[in-house]
Amino acid sequence: MSAAGMVQTTYREAVRAAIRAALKADERVFLMGEDVGRYGGCYAVSKGLLAEFGPERIRDTPLSEAAFVGAGIGAALGGMRPIVEIMTVNFSLLALDQIVNTAATLLHMSGGQFNVPVVIRMATGAGRQLAAQHSHSLEGWYAHVPGLKVLAPATLADARGMLATALEDPNPVIIFEHVMLYNMAGELTADAGAVPIDKAAVRRLGRDVTLIGYGGTLGKALEAATALAADGIEAEVVDLRTLRPLDTATIVASVARTRRAVVVDEGWRTGGLSAEISALIMEHAFWELDAPVGRVCTAEVPIPYPRHLEQAALPQPAAIVAAVRATLGR
Amino acid sequence: MPDSTKPRLTHAHLIELLRQMLRIRRFEEKCVELYSAEKIRGFLHVYIGEEAVAVGVMQSLAPGDAAVATYREHGHALARGVAMGPLMAEMYGKKEGCSRGRGGSMHVFDAATRFYGGNAIVGGGLPLAIGLALADKMRGRENITACFFGEGAVAEGEFHESLNLAALWQLPVLFICENNLYAMGTALALSESETDIHAKAQSYRIPSEAVDGMDVIAVEAAARRAVAAIRAGGGPRFLECRTYRFRAHSMFDAELYRDKAEVEVWKKRGPILRFTEWLKSNGMLHDTEVTGIEAEVSAEVDSAVVFAEAGNWEPVEDLTRYVLAEKRA
Repeated sequence: MSAAGMVQTTYREAVRAAIRAALKADERVFLMGEDVGRYGGCYAVSKGLLAEFGPERIRDTPLSEAAFVGAGIGAALGGMRPIVEIMTVNFSLLALDQIVNTAATLLHMSGGQFNVPVVIRMATGAGRQLAAQHSHSLEGWYAHVPGLKVLAPATLADARGMLATALEDPNPVIIFEHVMLYNMAGELTADAGAVPIDKAAVRRLGRDVTLIGYGGTLGKALEAATALAADGIEAEVVDLRTLRPLDTATIVASVARTRRAVVVDEGWRTGGLSAEISALIMEHAFWELDAPVGRVCTAEVPIPYPRHLEQAALPQPAAIVAAVRATLGR
Repeated sequence: MPDSTKPRLTHAHLIELLRQMLRIRRFEEKCVELYSAEKIRGFLHVYIGEEAVAVGVMQSLAPGDAAVATYREHGHALARGVAMGPLMAEMYGKKEGCSRGRGGSMHVFDAATRFYGGNAIVGGGLPLAIGLALADKMRGRENITACFFGEGAVAEGEFHESLNLAALWQLPVLFICENNLYAMGTALALSESETDIHAKAQSYRIPSEAVDGMDVIAVEAAARRAVAAIRAGGGPRFLECRTYRFRAHSMFDAELYRDKAEVEVWKKRGPILRFTEWLKSNGMLHDTEVTGIEAEVSAEVDSAVVFAEAGNWEPVEDLTRYVLAEKRA
């Protein structure tokens, strides 16, 4: 431990600490998914938890996304507080029926009788050269669906704190952990715990333009802001944190101050989350804008394997800087 | 203590079985009528011909048990104890419906009887049943979950994934396959390489049995055996109930895929017809009793219609209620 009760940690360790704390706090909580136990999690998030909590609560599943996600939904209905881990968002498509047709609809279809307090965690995003079936950013699809809450922790504090709040929520909550964040290191207060999941956060103050990102793109937006500052352009950076429901008020308040916005999204541009954010800025702050809303998104290709092509496909700080300059006309 | 594995063949119980089947039959006949009158809209899938399955299986369940059904679930709901008035109001889409009218015919839910739908995704209910049973097992409760699905679901991946998980984790689930031979319009032989469905369960090491689904006593007996084995900690059980749908798949079905003669042959084996004849031939049922039950059921259906007619439409201002729960339930 260093000064003022701070501890060195990583995003991966922060998620693990959150799971461990949840398991300790509530005996109804359990973790299940592919290779979460003996293997330790495909991204090593749950490493060590099997030894600590045993196979009943750290539950390895067969490769049956529909069945174990559905079982998580059913167990939530049955009074448990399951944390279901899906290896990557690409695999979650095999469970899309259970998430969209069941978890998201049950409360409404049952006239308010059956809520589904399940938490589903999964990895998302590119950057590890895992090609087109392990690297996509489909969180925007889930954010389309009423009945779900969708979170994207981008910081150590959120990696540590969002899970507890999600488990307290009576609704199905999906947490997207960007694969490039797991190794992110930093300091966290020793007593870090639950954080709100209904508000976006301003991560950097600025007067000239608002950069809006989340998850894996927050760091890139902050990097771009630093580069812009060297040229005297002060970018405000908004971290969405929650993709559904979106915190419109925070987005609009920031844009009303800066009068310009660039949305940075690792999803594709067409029909994506960036389009939604751009539209809501238009709906709520059209008369405050001094320039059209800019967007920096992933190129419209399946994510390629070779590093140079993968990096070319993804939103990069240089492209963010260029988009900001375009909105400023300089 | 009475042997829970055997049906109680008392006069009162036999009459109750008949009454339950008649309640479903007359309720649904009324629904068809109301559909033509455009009081009920959307999809309407009736269970007529298959009543012995739901009625027989529900005899084996205790109040704390859970049931998961399909979009052809009016019979299951009634046999499980969902009141007929709220069920009919649900068919109308009224606020007094058991799902506040938001589900309709295919999405009947009832917390009081642990009735978890009403699922219109073929195979979609199986993973849910696994989870309900997992929760019971992890909490040390003795409940079981009865999961109904048609033979069409057997072709879905969710069926296989769920059977595997139930067997692997030895979960207290009773799987009931209602094999009515047609998945909408596709005959079993045209969709399955192995048409002996209960054998598929055995490939997952789930003890299974094929039962005459037109015989309510046979279904009840098989369900009681299976449930007793599950409650004794024996893991999941699987029943294939061989049955037949007398009416069209839904109200939009012209029934081009099956022979009228085939339907007539099955109707002669109808669960209510055969059971009534059997009771009469054994001196356990008299015509006056039948008249009495019919009158009682008819009155119940009529008052359900009155209840539904008198019901209210949910105010449009409440459209977006129940999308997200505000408080932990």
